This record gives sequence, C-alpha cells and structure tokens, in this order.
Amino acid sequence: MTATADIASYNFAYLDEQTKRMIRRAILKAVAIPGYQTPFASREMPMPYGWGTGGVQVTAAVIGPQDTLKVIDQGADDTTNAISIRKFFQKTAGVATTTKTQEASIIQTRHRIPETPLQAGQIIVFQVPIPEPLRFLEPRETETRKMHALEEYGLMHVKLYEDIARNGRIATTYAYPVKVEGRYVMDPSPTPKFDNPKMHMSAALQLYGAGRERRIYAIPPHTRVVSLDFEDFPFEVQKFDKPCALCGAEQVYLDEVILDDRGGRMFVCSDTDHCEERRAAGHVGELAEQPR
Amino acid sequence: MAVAAGVLEGGFADAVMEGQAVFRAVLEAMARPGTVQPVAGLQRAPRPLSPVAAALVATVCDGDTPVWLDPSLAPGGSRTRGPGDGGAVAAWIAFHTGAPLAATQGEAQFAICADPALLAPLESFARGTQDYPDRSATLILQVDTFSEGEPLLLEGPGIAGRAGAAPGPLPRHFRDQWRQNGACFPRGVDLIFAGPDAVMCLPRTTRILETQR
Repeated sequence: MTATADIASYNFAYLDEQTKRMIRRAILKAVAIPGYQTPFASREMPMPYGWGTGGVQVTAAVIGPQDTLKVIDQGADDTTNAISIRKFFQKTAGVATTTKTQEASIIQTRHRIPETPLQAGQIIVFQVPIPEPLRFLEPRETETRKMHALEEYGLMHVKLYEDIARNGRIATTYAYPVKVEGRYVMDPSPTPKFDNPKMHMSAALQLYGAGRERRIYAIPPHTRVVSLDFEDFPFEVQKFDKPCALCGAEQVYLDEVILDDRGGRMFVCSDTDHCEERRAAGHVGELAEQPR
Repeated sequence: MAVAAGVLEGGFADAVMEGQAVFRAVLEAMARPGTVQPVAGLQRAPRPLSPVAAALVATVCDGDTPVWLDPSLAPGGSRTRGPGDGGAVAAWIAFHTGAPLAATQGEAQFAICADPALLAPLESFARGTQDYPDRSATLILQVDTFSEGEPLLLEGPGIAGRAGAAPGPLPRHFRDQWRQNGACFPRGVDLIFAGPDAVMCLPRTTRILETQR
C-alpha cells in the first residue's frame, strides 16, 4: 500500500473514534438496563435510513479485526441489503465475512434470528425501524417514556385484547411485544414472532440499533424474554403445513415463493444458510433437484 | 508552567485497535457479570491510576464525560501521594481524553476510584432518572484481585444460573449498598472492577445472594 492510499482511506469501520466512544457508552448502559431504549447521537451513514443505519453503527462500534461478520436480510445472506452491508464492512474494516452462522462472531440482521442456535461469545445486531413498542398506540415520545418509567403497559394488553376481539386470536405476527427480565416491554424489531422464543435465555448477546429513531437497546445472554399474552390466549408461534420444499426441514420459518402465474408456489427455508447446510448434508425436499 | 513529561506519554499507541479491544472486553464483562475478561493495561500511565483503569478511561472517556477522581487520584487531595506527582492523574486524563473533572460526585458520568475501601456511598453518584436511567454514573473501581477478595454469589441477566466472584477490596458495607442500588431499578450505578490485568463488571441488574458462612 502506498502512502497516498493510507491518506485517502476511512477510519477503521468507517466511524470516527469519538462517535464510536459515544455509541459504546450507550451500548454499555443498554446492556446494564435490559430492554430499555438508550438514546444515542445517531450519525448520518452513507446509506438511507431504513437500510440499517442503526445496526451498522452498532456493528461499527463493536467490530474488530479478529471478528467474522455475517449479515442477513430476512434470513438470507444473498439479498441486496445483506450484500451491501457486508461489502461496507469488508471495505471499511477489512474483516472476514461468512454466511455460516456457527463461524460468525457478529451477525447483523434485519428481522430474523438464525435457525442454528447462537453460541456464547456471539453478538447478534438487529436493525430496528421503530424501537418503541407503544408508538402506534401513543404517538407522543413524552408519554411513552413516562409509561416505561412507570411500567404502565396496560395499553399494550388492550391492543392484544382488541386483536382477539376482532380476529378471535392475537393477530400480531411480527414485532410481537416482549417483556425483558420482568420489567421493560420491548419491540424485538419486526422479526416474525416465530423467532421470539429464541430470544429467551439466548447464549448470545443481542444488540438493537435504531438509526433514524436514535435508540440502542440490548438483551444480555441468559435473560428472560417473555412474549406478552393472556392465560386463555397463550402465545403461539406460526406453524407451517409442509416442510421446506428444498431441504425438508420442519419447525423452521418458511418463505413463500411464487413459481408461475397459475397459482404454483413453494415454501422454502427463510434461513438460506440453514437450508444450504441441510442440503449439503443430504436432506432433500420434495421440489429439490435430485442429486446426480 | 512546566508540564511533567509523564503526562504526555502512556496513552494508546494505536487508539483505534486498542480502544476496540478494551471495549469488547468491557462489553463482554458487562454482558456476563462476574466473568473476568483480560485487558492489556497502559503500563506508563501515572500512579496511583492502575494500568487497566487507565486503559478503560482512554477507551470510554472524552470531552463529553465528566470524570470524578477519588481523593487519592484527585489533584489537591494528598492521602497516599508521594512528592512531585500532584495532579498527575488529572493532567494525564485531561491530555489523553479531554474529559473534564466533575465538580461533584453527582455530576460524574464516570468515577474512578483507586481505593474502593474509602469510596463515598454509591448513592452519592448519579443514578439516572426513572425516565432516563441511562443517565447514571459508571464507577471504575481498582481492585487487587478477582479471586481472593470477598466471595460473592451472583445472579441476574447475563448469568446462566449463578456465578461466583471474589473481587477485593470492596467498598464498605458493599452488600447493603448493592442491595439498595438494585432496589432503585431501573435507576442505579454500574460498576467496572479494574484488576491487575483484567476487568469484571457488576451492572445494576446483578443480585448478590446471601450465603451462609
């Protein structure tokens, strides 16, 4: 490398050091107060809001040269958002990247938790659009902050009750509210509620970054995360009628793929890495190409 | 005014990478209370600031964070200091981080304590408010050991079941003070113990269980 290349290069992981310190202090407080939305001075990033600026800032403040990064977008490693963020950190931090869940030390995600259980030492960073679980019920930040301060979450139960009154069941299927360690009600970002049980007592550290809304929150490992429900309408995750059409996996989250304009469709693993590993291990679904 | 040469030296050689490594150790320690995470200290920082405490200060403090120094570290307080190092720690922190000294304990975002046995009550530090519990102090306590101090049985978020730790020396009446700190949740202070070559954390959520002796 020449001297001029050095002059023109970014600081490690793009952010300047003072910004990293500010984000790091917010992350430490977020970990110390599980589920509480810690304000932070979110920066403009070289991508629009809604593309994961919060998650990118958290990852940039945490990541080091020894890390291996995995980025997923709805479970997939190979979609636009995942690829562009992965390339961003390859370019600005020079870190190793992977698509394999077990090999990653940091996993940045928008809205899925990998099917492979996370391990101690791993950090999963969620990109969060709206961190406030009460926002659609109460638009004023001053009020929602007071509600969190007073642990006044009756409104959230009213919302779930109205779901039942209208639909006969709790119709919320993503961004399903959880209570963290018996205190703060938290929005797990728009993950399908299928993934909520994976948050409970996870071995990994979960960090949440909301760039536009300027909030960071966290769930330490081995922390109780309970999805809100009622005794007579207990929390349930989605169930699928068929296994994955490519790898035959059951009890995983499936995406619908339209095959033609005559109603043909298939359901496949949302977690592409999980699906690929199963197929490599010889599992075959009903629509998979037969191995030669 | 002559500036002691030591003030200008002893910071990170590579602030970006070393700061990241120290932060990851602290993050891991805060996420898993009671675990001991190795940290490379800044050996040439002025005493009685310990090398690991100095590395923590260089990692998390800057012009936005008022820092409180305990009497043995602060300029003007002369409990344990030898001749000629008056204010060396404060000057070192000012030069390397730009952090202002907090006038009172309650104003401090970070408090650094070289002698935990003489520490002012935890309740004299900012606990944050019910609306903003993050606006609370983080205390950096220099300890000699993580295994030969007072045995503590810990429970809470970040701990699978229970964990043991024995940091020392601890602040006076530590169990009572820590119980009161936890009773204020979500308000409260968080502790980072800076040992000889590692850190250990007690966030406000960690409970110390009573043990039969």
